[in-house]
Amino acid sequence: MLKTFRIGGVHPPENKLSAGQAIKTAELPKQAVIMLSQHIGAPAQAVVAKGDKVKVGTLLAQAGGFVSANIHSSVSGTVAKIDTAVDVAGFQRPAIYIDVEGDEWEESIDRSETLVKECNLDSKAIVERIKEAGIVGLGGATFPAHVKLTPPPGATATILIINAVECEPYLTADHQLMMEKGAEILVGTELLRKAINVERAVIGIENNKPDAIAHMKELAAAYPTIEICPLKVKYPQGGEKQLIDAVIRRQVPSGGLPIATGAVVQNVGTAFAVYEAVQKNKPLFERIVTVTGKSLAHPSNLKVRVGTPLCQLIDACGGLPEDTEKVISGGPMMGKAVVSTDTPTTKGCSGVLIIRDLESRRKEMTACIRCAKCIAACPMGLAPNTLMNATDHKDWERVEKEHVMDCIECGSCSFTCPAHRPLLDYVRMGKARVGAIIRSRNAK
Amino acid sequence: MSQNFIVSPSPHVHSGNSVSKCMYGVLIALIPAFLVSLYCFGIGALVVTLTSVLACVLFEYLIQKYLLKVKPSICDGSAILTGVLLAFNVPSNLPIWIIIIGALVAIGIGKMTFGGLGNNIFNPALVGRVFLLISFPVQMTTWPVPDPLSMNYLDAETAATPLGLMKQGLSVEAMTTDMLLGNIGGSLGEISAIALLIGFAYMLIRRIITWHIPVSILVTAFVFSFLVNGFDVEGAFQQLLLGGMMLGAIFMATDYVTSPMTPRGMIIYGIGIGLLTIIIRRYGAYPEGMSFAILIMNAATPLINKYVKPKRFGEVKK
Amino acid sequence: MDLVWIATLSLGCIGAISAVILYFVAQKFKVYEDPRNEEVVKVLPGANCGGCGYPGCGGFAAACVKATSLEGMLCPVGGAPVMAKIAGILGMEVAEAAPKVAVVRCNGTCANRKKVNTYNGASNCAIEAALYSGETGCSFGCLGNGDCERACQFGAIHVNPETGLPEVDEELCTGCGACVKACPKMIIELRNKGPKSRRMFVCCVNKDKGAVARKACTAACIGCGKCAKECPFEAITVENNLAYIDFQKCKLCRKCEAVCPTGAIHSVNFPPRKPAEPKPEAPAQPAAPQSGTAAAPTAQA
Repeated sequence: MLKTFRIGGVHPPENKLSAGQAIKTAELPKQAVIMLSQHIGAPAQAVVAKGDKVKVGTLLAQAGGFVSANIHSSVSGTVAKIDTAVDVAGFQRPAIYIDVEGDEWEESIDRSETLVKECNLDSKAIVERIKEAGIVGLGGATFPAHVKLTPPPGATATILIINAVECEPYLTADHQLMMEKGAEILVGTELLRKAINVERAVIGIENNKPDAIAHMKELAAAYPTIEICPLKVKYPQGGEKQLIDAVIRRQVPSGGLPIATGAVVQNVGTAFAVYEAVQKNKPLFERIVTVTGKSLAHPSNLKVRVGTPLCQLIDACGGLPEDTEKVISGGPMMGKAVVSTDTPTTKGCSGVLIIRDLESRRKEMTACIRCAKCIAACPMGLAPNTLMNATDHKDWERVEKEHVMDCIECGSCSFTCPAHRPLLDYVRMGKARVGAIIRSRNAK
Repeated sequence: MSQNFIVSPSPHVHSGNSVSKCMYGVLIALIPAFLVSLYCFGIGALVVTLTSVLACVLFEYLIQKYLLKVKPSICDGSAILTGVLLAFNVPSNLPIWIIIIGALVAIGIGKMTFGGLGNNIFNPALVGRVFLLISFPVQMTTWPVPDPLSMNYLDAETAATPLGLMKQGLSVEAMTTDMLLGNIGGSLGEISAIALLIGFAYMLIRRIITWHIPVSILVTAFVFSFLVNGFDVEGAFQQLLLGGMMLGAIFMATDYVTSPMTPRGMIIYGIGIGLLTIIIRRYGAYPEGMSFAILIMNAATPLINKYVKPKRFGEVKK
Repeated sequence: MDLVWIATLSLGCIGAISAVILYFVAQKFKVYEDPRNEEVVKVLPGANCGGCGYPGCGGFAAACVKATSLEGMLCPVGGAPVMAKIAGILGMEVAEAAPKVAVVRCNGTCANRKKVNTYNGASNCAIEAALYSGETGCSFGCLGNGDCERACQFGAIHVNPETGLPEVDEELCTGCGACVKACPKMIIELRNKGPKSRRMFVCCVNKDKGAVARKACTAACIGCGKCAKECPFEAITVENNLAYIDFQKCKLCRKCEAVCPTGAIHSVNFPPRKPAEPKPEAPAQPAAPQSGTAAAPTAQA
């Protein structure tokens, strides 16, 4: 029996259209728009001014606090303006506009392809490098990596788990990265392992990627500390809590941090970025993005500089089809529908998904028939139908009592509901409201 | 701003499941039992089932359209299912007018007074059935004997059911194999345990229902009747095959709306039904107790839902 | 005869035992309640709107009885008369408060604000606001899903399907503030009802820079500050590219309305200059010498 998490879960159709497509490098944009808030936490503070010349890898903005991340230029050229740009959610957010001129990199970056295995840095120095490079969780949550690598006092890490699950349908970026940069990922894993001083690292891969499992197993044979763990295909296995449960059979206590189980989870893309940052001195300014969709001519995996507008990526894969009604940044289960394709790529953008008009609209909701399929699907063991009703009645006490704060917003409930009820919409609202109530209570 | 995109919260895909798919799935699972009753009771089974379905759908339509003034939702299949289940719970020689009254009670009182699909507390088909049983005890308990492909409807030959005979303390002549196949007297859809089990297997494979309710009912009923009926294994086994036990456990008790929502709750509910059924069969006035047991546990469902919560991830013991 | 005796006796016994049990249970679970609570509840409107900030009229009554003074306590529905009655019951003083009315500060009608995308989620403002900026380029404006309408206990606010914006019926509005709390965009404000219900307000909450705001909505406040310069009473402040009229200082001279380049400043219930279905109002206010109001002088507030 393959390992998997123990509660709930669903099986959305995988639709990995771009699987096996070699990573192509996307063209440089004419103007890169680099958002100052590409991570969870405080926005970064700009350290360049209009008219400044920048190179690829130049620091553009300094982290605005401990939970924040540095932002580096992904292109070389002149800072055109520091203004606002429309983000994925349609809000105006501060951003740095850079007019691209050529492709000149900072001299400190090692651009060679040679694999550098040796590293003499100690754990503190590694975390410092990661922090300097502005690395955030590349799975989509964009939580600054150095924060997770600095366990809070009282907590000790015992195991590193690398998340190569890629349970979101359609997305293949991590899969392809493992196939092409497996050796680098393993070095990155070793660095992360060193950074948190643990003996063991496990790379969790769902068994719908047998080639990646075989490839990584072969490479990992040289590392006694790294284990490849094939996992049964089930959504949302890529959720941090679910992955820990699947791999080491320990559940993060309700309301607690994942570190309470002794596990630190990092995405496989993050491991690669860590390798580049520590061994090649290259900050995080590009990432692999899966551009896909049933109607798209050439679903691909692209290596994209942060700040490239989404429309340029879509054009590189055959252009936006006429019948497109929805464009999603991320995967279909947790991604965000974008307002416009002019929005720039950010560090957290793992995919661009094109949805045809046939599938883009929700069906009309009907009455709840209490079939409890949402309860069976919820990986956190909540009762989404009860939460939705309580939220609708604004009964916040009840919403809190039903443990709304445990929700990981994976969308399994809405996915599975035969009555097409927008369960997650309401649960999310309830979670936001109860979160605010709890914060104001704690402030007192 | 080139194109007017659609923006909606995640998730952006759906399983494709729908309420009507669930309902039609249950209907498909009922086909084997229907075929057996067509064979055993002939034209009567067809007339009763058709009347019941048409009446239920018509009443649902009329009530939604003219009384509740909402968009009729008869296409979701729930009224058809209620109709079929009501028909399966009555004898095949029941006069048409009684069936229509049953359908009116099932849909009108059992379902629509509570606000329609999803809000009813009691299984509508059983409300209709129990109403008929109390109002027309004679017609509801004259069971036709199986007569393969008979063309007799109201004038079918009748006899007591094995369950009725047991109640009177008479010996039961029917064989266990007859009970499995359906060669016994009884309500229209309940006679063949095998056909009902095929339907159960289908629903399990299609993931329409889970095993918890039927299995807990059957196991409880078996164990309990084994204990109270003098440790007789075959007798206890026959209790499972006779009367509405299989039909009730597989199709009536598992009704989404009126059963608990968590696996643990489902097992408590199933145990309750199993116990009550055997208690009524053994000590009550009626030979059959399945309908009453399910209705009683339906009433307990909100309470079970309130106190039995799903097993949470990373639950912290206080 | 025995039968009758047995029946009478046994029933009597059951009755007596039940009475004793009930008595003790009632004693055990008795909750002391100030008798004045009930009196206060009686004079309250009983709408349980929550406008006072307490859970329903009962909660408000309990809070009034407990409080040492009635300062800051107001039943927005009953207003001053009810507060006076409460003060009478409790033997306390009551502070006067001017009547308020809800004002919707968005004029992003379908014509003024072009749709750039289509929302396809649960029809609920709070959910849509949590998800993204909204269907138009304006990320501050009304979403039009009617959370305010659902929050109103008095049927005083309705979303107009033509404009997509909520409209307040000032006859029915009690100023309870339920809609203010319900609006996730904080567009609705409680403002002084004003003399003869005449009010001036900036009908926009867009804090984007002028050009961005203007591009998203033709009726947006672009923060140009002309109104602030024009105002003789210093009632207008411009902050974050948005003008705001302080209704305590505003003297309803309507000069600001005349200079506003986008028509973002609205005046309500002033006698119209053009003869367009005028309400039988008192003789014209001395100050009103300029262009007509943007909207018909109904309850467009």
